[in-house]
Amino acid sequence: MNTNPILEVKNLNVILAGEEIIKNLSFEVKEGEVLTILGPNGAGKTVLLKTLLGVLPYQGEISWKQGIKIGYVPQRLPFIKDIPMSVSDFFKLKETLQEETKEILNSVGFKENFLNKKIGELSSGQFQRILVAWALVKNPNVLLFDEPTTGIDIGGEETIYTLLARLKEKRNLTILLVTHDLSVVYKFSNFVVCLNKCPICQGEPKEVLTLEVLQKLYGEEVKFYEHHKH
Amino acid sequence: MDFQFFLSLICGIFIGGVAGYLGTLMLSKRMVLVAGPLGHLTLPGIALALIYGFDVSLGAFPFVILGIVLIWLFEMRTKLPIEALTAIVFASGVAIAFLFLPIEQAETALVGDITKVGLNEVVITVLLCLLVFFVIKKIYLQITLINISEDIARAEKINIKRYNLLYLGVIAIVVALGVKMVGGLLTAALVAVPVCAARNLSKNLFQYTFLATFFGIVSAILGILLFELTGFPVGPLIILMSAFFFLISLIFKKR
Repeated sequence: MNTNPILEVKNLNVILAGEEIIKNLSFEVKEGEVLTILGPNGAGKTVLLKTLLGVLPYQGEISWKQGIKIGYVPQRLPFIKDIPMSVSDFFKLKETLQEETKEILNSVGFKENFLNKKIGELSSGQFQRILVAWALVKNPNVLLFDEPTTGIDIGGEETIYTLLARLKEKRNLTILLVTHDLSVVYKFSNFVVCLNKCPICQGEPKEVLTLEVLQKLYGEEVKFYEHHKH
Repeated sequence: MDFQFFLSLICGIFIGGVAGYLGTLMLSKRMVLVAGPLGHLTLPGIALALIYGFDVSLGAFPFVILGIVLIWLFEMRTKLPIEALTAIVFASGVAIAFLFLPIEQAETALVGDITKVGLNEVVITVLLCLLVFFVIKKIYLQITLINISEDIARAEKINIKRYNLLYLGVIAIVVALGVKMVGGLLTAALVAVPVCAARNLSKNLFQYTFLATFFGIVSAILGILLFELTGFPVGPLIILMSAFFFLISLIFKKR
């Protein structure tokens, strides 16, 4: 594993429509890491991913290593079922050539005949796999993954996490993953950033996710202003 | 078949076709109904055109643009929901039109009439329709991606403002052409109905756009033929034909 940081975030503040969503966040991601961003609903996790993706305004510093390509897997695409679209059409939206589409579909475990399937007729597990495949277009180095639905059957024995783990190895990916599911953090990632608007903690999951931290993260009476030291 | 019939047919085929094609983009972000209010608020322009005897589309076009600009300005100032603002703007348009619209020409204004189009008008219409067709084709994938997710479109470095502006421009032209054919009242249907029928039957984007364009064209042809046979107003006949296709599509729709 390379120790060069692929991403450095310093004193990040995000304010949307007058509301402070992310406050004073700093962290680093090294090449090949799987970083989870953990926090309750409304903690600003998705906003953080979108800010890292470069589509939201922010203050502070976000520096990606030069020449890095980012793939983004959104949480959902609510309007997509309004449009009769085949899997092949869906990839054309990103100007993907047929050959590349086939290769990517293959790498997430779909056969070629999937190209002609209608998006609206996919099961939610299949659709999630297609979204992952879609993010792999143009060979990104980093995958930003917003809240994979846990527990859905994506086909065969695989869960979305074993799929990600496999892709990570094969394609040498660095993965940033948003979730509120604790089990994912332990099983899958080697670094965690806990977020509830203010940063609560960060470090290796087994070290930093103490009961106290979790109460602070998810409990009712969270005191935002004490910074947890570790 | 006389020359006038031929002119109407050409006009109908082109307007019906591009309206159907445009509809496939508008349906995907639930925008088809926007064409309704936009059609309504062209009524003052139509009224002026009818009084002073110039092309109805020419009268309608500045009012569509004015309407879009007003809705956009009001939205920036008030943050009221866009459909409420649209209601204010289009109702005012209708109200103004009825202050001075000659009553004997109300039918043409409300449900259109392409049975008397002149040669020049048809040539301009055809050219505009071709322009609109190529612009839509050019922006189709990008607008679809924007419709699906603005974030991803932005991450793909798509200039969203520029594409939306082109998209709105195309909508304005199609509405202005549409009111010539089916009037201020029915323009939304011209954009919405063929595409709904197409969606029921399509598995991919090619089938979707092809069928929507096809239904738009065939509805126009049949509507104009029926007018020749029955003498009923042509605008409503065209819309009824497309509604008929929609009903047929329900039979073939796979669940």
